[in-house]
Amino acid sequence: MALKIVKGSIDRMFDKNLQDLVRGIRNHKEDEAKYISTCIDEIKQELKQDNIAVKANAVCKLTYLQMLGYDVSWAAFNIVEVMSSSKFTYKRIGYLAASQCFHESTDVIMLTTNQIRKDLSSPNQYDTGVALTGLSCFVTPDLARDLANDIMTLVSHGDCVKRKRCSVLIMYKVFLKYPESLRPAFPRLKEKLEDPDPGVQSAAVNVICELARRNPKNYLSLAPLFFKLMTSSTNNWVLIKIIKLFGALTPLEPRLGKKLIEPLTNLIHSTSAMSLLYECVNTVIAGQYCSSVGSVVLCVQKLRILIEDSDQNLKYLGLLAMSKILKTHPKSVQSHKDLILQCLDDKDESIRLRALDLLYGMVSKKNLMEIVKKLMLHVDKAEGTTYRDELLTKIIDICSQSNYQYITNFEWSVSQPVTPHPPGISVSWWTIRVFAVAQMATLLDNAHLLTGSMQRNGICEVLYAAAWICGEFSEHLENPLQTLEAMLRPKVATLPGHIQAVYVQNAAKLFATVLKSQEGNTDSTTAQETSQLMIDRLPLFVQSANLEVQERASCILQLVKYIQKLQQKDVEVAEEVIALFAGELNPVAPKAQKKVPVPEGLDLDAWINEPPSESESEDEQPKAIFAKEEPKHSRPRHTEVDEKELARRREARKQEQANNPFYIKASPSSQKVYQDAPGVEHIPVVQIDLSVPLKVPGLPMSDQYVKLEEERRQKERAEKKKKEKKKRKEKRSGRGKKHDSGPESEEDITPAHMVDIVTEEMPENALPSDDDDKDPNDPHKILSLHFFGPFQVVVSVIFENKCDSFLKSMEFNVLDSLNSKLQRPEGSGPHDGLTVPFQLPPGVSNEARFVFTVQSIVMPQKLKGTLTFIVKDSSTHEKLDFKLHFTCTSYLITTPCYSDAFAKLLESGDLKGSSVRLEGVNMPFHHLLARICFHHHFSVVERIDSCASMYSRSIQGHHVCLLVKTSGQTVSIDAKCDEPTLLGNVLDEIKQTFSQC
Amino acid sequence: MVSGVNSVVPVLCFRAAADQRMIKFVLMVNRQGQTRLSRYYQPVELSRRAALEADVVRCCLTRKKDQCSFVEYKDFKLVYRQYAALYIVVGVTDTENELSIYELVHNFVEVLDKYFSRVSELDIMFNLDRVHIILDEMIQNGHIVETNKSRILAPLTALDKMADG
Repeated sequence: MALKIVKGSIDRMFDKNLQDLVRGIRNHKEDEAKYISTCIDEIKQELKQDNIAVKANAVCKLTYLQMLGYDVSWAAFNIVEVMSSSKFTYKRIGYLAASQCFHESTDVIMLTTNQIRKDLSSPNQYDTGVALTGLSCFVTPDLARDLANDIMTLVSHGDCVKRKRCSVLIMYKVFLKYPESLRPAFPRLKEKLEDPDPGVQSAAVNVICELARRNPKNYLSLAPLFFKLMTSSTNNWVLIKIIKLFGALTPLEPRLGKKLIEPLTNLIHSTSAMSLLYECVNTVIAGQYCSSVGSVVLCVQKLRILIEDSDQNLKYLGLLAMSKILKTHPKSVQSHKDLILQCLDDKDESIRLRALDLLYGMVSKKNLMEIVKKLMLHVDKAEGTTYRDELLTKIIDICSQSNYQYITNFEWSVSQPVTPHPPGISVSWWTIRVFAVAQMATLLDNAHLLTGSMQRNGICEVLYAAAWICGEFSEHLENPLQTLEAMLRPKVATLPGHIQAVYVQNAAKLFATVLKSQEGNTDSTTAQETSQLMIDRLPLFVQSANLEVQERASCILQLVKYIQKLQQKDVEVAEEVIALFAGELNPVAPKAQKKVPVPEGLDLDAWINEPPSESESEDEQPKAIFAKEEPKHSRPRHTEVDEKELARRREARKQEQANNPFYIKASPSSQKVYQDAPGVEHIPVVQIDLSVPLKVPGLPMSDQYVKLEEERRQKERAEKKKKEKKKRKEKRSGRGKKHDSGPESEEDITPAHMVDIVTEEMPENALPSDDDDKDPNDPHKILSLHFFGPFQVVVSVIFENKCDSFLKSMEFNVLDSLNSKLQRPEGSGPHDGLTVPFQLPPGVSNEARFVFTVQSIVMPQKLKGTLTFIVKDSSTHEKLDFKLHFTCTSYLITTPCYSDAFAKLLESGDLKGSSVRLEGVNMPFHHLLARICFHHHFSVVERIDSCASMYSRSIQGHHVCLLVKTSGQTVSIDAKCDEPTLLGNVLDEIKQTFSQC
Repeated sequence: MVSGVNSVVPVLCFRAAADQRMIKFVLMVNRQGQTRLSRYYQPVELSRRAALEADVVRCCLTRKKDQCSFVEYKDFKLVYRQYAALYIVVGVTDTENELSIYELVHNFVEVLDKYFSRVSELDIMFNLDRVHIILDEMIQNGHIVETNKSRILAPLTALDKMADG
């Protein structure tokens, strides 16, 4: 028997310890679960032993298994047993297991109270320490109540620093579980803030920080103490805590914020610990320090350093903090836009997402285009990732935030392939519809390229809008027949049904337009061919599974067949077909539907008619759908008004418009006449003239030529009645012969578009309601928006070859300045030249256009450039330097101004003054005025004897007012403008004009 | 001052969940996703721990080396560092300073390195209890309490002497 016991304990000696268990688990990768279950069985056996060492070993293994996720709560009592061992090595294992496994509902915890009390008061500091650590993990309200006193004793009388520290910390836990203990304990806790031991101090800071976060008001009185600590402590972790505490306190006591700003900025300046720096910055941002702009600037600077750091973590945190600053001080962040944009290139997705978030908040009218352009580049790069989806969402969010208020250039936005264009939005772009139509037609033409990838991500919705725009504004199409053909391609049948439906309907509208244009011709066969095209293609849609498509297609098919019959009898039908779609569509307010009173007795859920009969009648009398239906049926049934209903409503609307004195049509002045150039060059431009000649340094100038050229140009100008910019440029051949003309270029600048946002149309029987603060018929609601932002300047350069050789491979390049940049095709570097798209035989001239983006118009710009070319005969590379001068004058537009408006402007006091004197001007006063008007785009407001007031306006809407007086040969010009820099530069340019004569 | 303290007690409202902990948990996980150490500073049910750990680990493992070490995870944040095949992941509340935790993790590893002289994953597995002692010295109640290496290691060396003797 005795032998058996001995043998048993020897066996025990060979029991698995923790290391064996870990090793075993690693060796049983295949059947880990099975192995562990045998281990647990062994452990259960071991726990039944009386030997405390065996039990402790078993509990130790259980702790490991618990970490792996096995439930060991069944061994709770054994853990308590091990905890109460007198040997520290075992006690420690017991407490560790308890701290890992016990929780408030573990019932054996109540058995531990006495044991813990004993350990807390143990002379062995390690016993106390391990008890405190364990207690902090599984303290229950009961334990807290029972042991609070013991802990307090430790706090105040503990002889060992370490025990004191632990006990201070555990106080917080005790307060949580047993709040009554806080009041008596607080004075002692406060004492510990000034404890000589930094560990105890930091523990006290921790506890008070936590308490203060919950109820800062009660801890305000401790602020001076913390202030002292903050300036004296060198432990960064403690400093962070204190700063956090102050962050919680300052909202209650603003004076504290002012006091703190100095030590905080000192810390920001001095600390090398990034974590502390970050905490300070965060506190400054979050705190009530907003009055101090300087500190925000400092923070932004420091954050910039963080973001520029190669450490990804710092970068991330820098961006995170930036986004917090953005909320309160958007301006200071916006100046670091370049940096944020760089972060979009980061390898780390989380950094890119942070940067994106920031950009969203940074968008303004000025930078929207640039930001979105950058983002678009990234979309291309990020093909097929979730990041790409995020990018697209952000772009759309950015563009559409606050109801498109930042979009200053709708043309640009139309040319962005991803921006969704619900018809409602396009309709409000009256001024640019011509451009939109051209873009959309191109889009439709290329739809086959896009459909593949588009369908997947739903961008094909844009085709829905594109088709509608092309149909509705078909009169603006360059080649409606081609678009019609594109819309009827068989490939269209692969698009979603609702898009097909729009295609079919708008094909009919297009058809009407095409017919109209073709009927003017003597040859009627083309018109018939068009009808045939419709008849050939439409059956495809008649077979569509989509009811809407089918219905519309068959309806239109019948109509076209009828038209074809008439055509064969040589009847002119175009006018009548056009009439089907006559009338213009106005935007419908989102609230329109709500305003329509529900007619009495109308139950929308009830069947009104049997649906099939309706479609039958439509088939029989297709025309009636569009033209003859009574307006009262046209009440929209869905907020998303479908095409047919819109068509029906047009007739009614036209009448209503005629009768409605408040109806305001799109301003005709805003519709511009466009040139025939394709693509982007279609952008409407205001002619702006730059009257400072381009000079090519070091080149002999043929005065005679210049004169001739000037005369010729003046003639042209008279013809065009437009002012043109004149630039002279000379080319030189490598062989020293004089070849070249001064080609002249015309400076075009995209205007500050005047976009009239037309009031949204309301149904005729709309009720005025109180909830809608805007009266839809209020003429004042027509908004005129001035658009700011980077401007596009189109420079057209005329190249004239005056030598006897053939010139080819011409490349035009300009050294960009910060303000003005030559637009290069995507993907090319910032210093690449642009190929001139033609060659020049001897004596021939041709014109090429180059687009520049100009950020600010208040400063004149001189851009240096070079033209390289190859002389064919000698195959030599030649170079020609030139300068492009963008004067401020060129951004002024001659704008007439009445004297009373002029006087009001001067009275307003918004303008800043400046003046200039010109000596030795020897010309009649009216010549002088004419010169200013001609060269600097002013108009005379009023002239009295030798005194005249003049006015001009910049494309950004700056007012420039001049008062010109002359006496003898001295001319004095007093000028006022709301932009002093612009004014100064304009005056300088005027001065220069007169110094040349 | 006294009046301030007097008013503390009634105003303090303690929520049942101890969601105010600054550090929620410390995990050590290897690249295979096996937990090597876990320490929770707020009670998490055992059944939920495994799922939480797996999810947190997946979160960190999927990140590339060049990505930053902070992850926003549900309503709190993860700060992680990778040492060879071992990841140390710390879950912290939203208000915690990420960088200080990031530095703390390194401090912890330095302490381990000093004690085990070039710590490896196996050291941590075989001496789990000791690693816990070290961790407990550094973090208590979810707060950083000690960062001085020799002070952290003092009790452990004393313990080892006791075991030897």
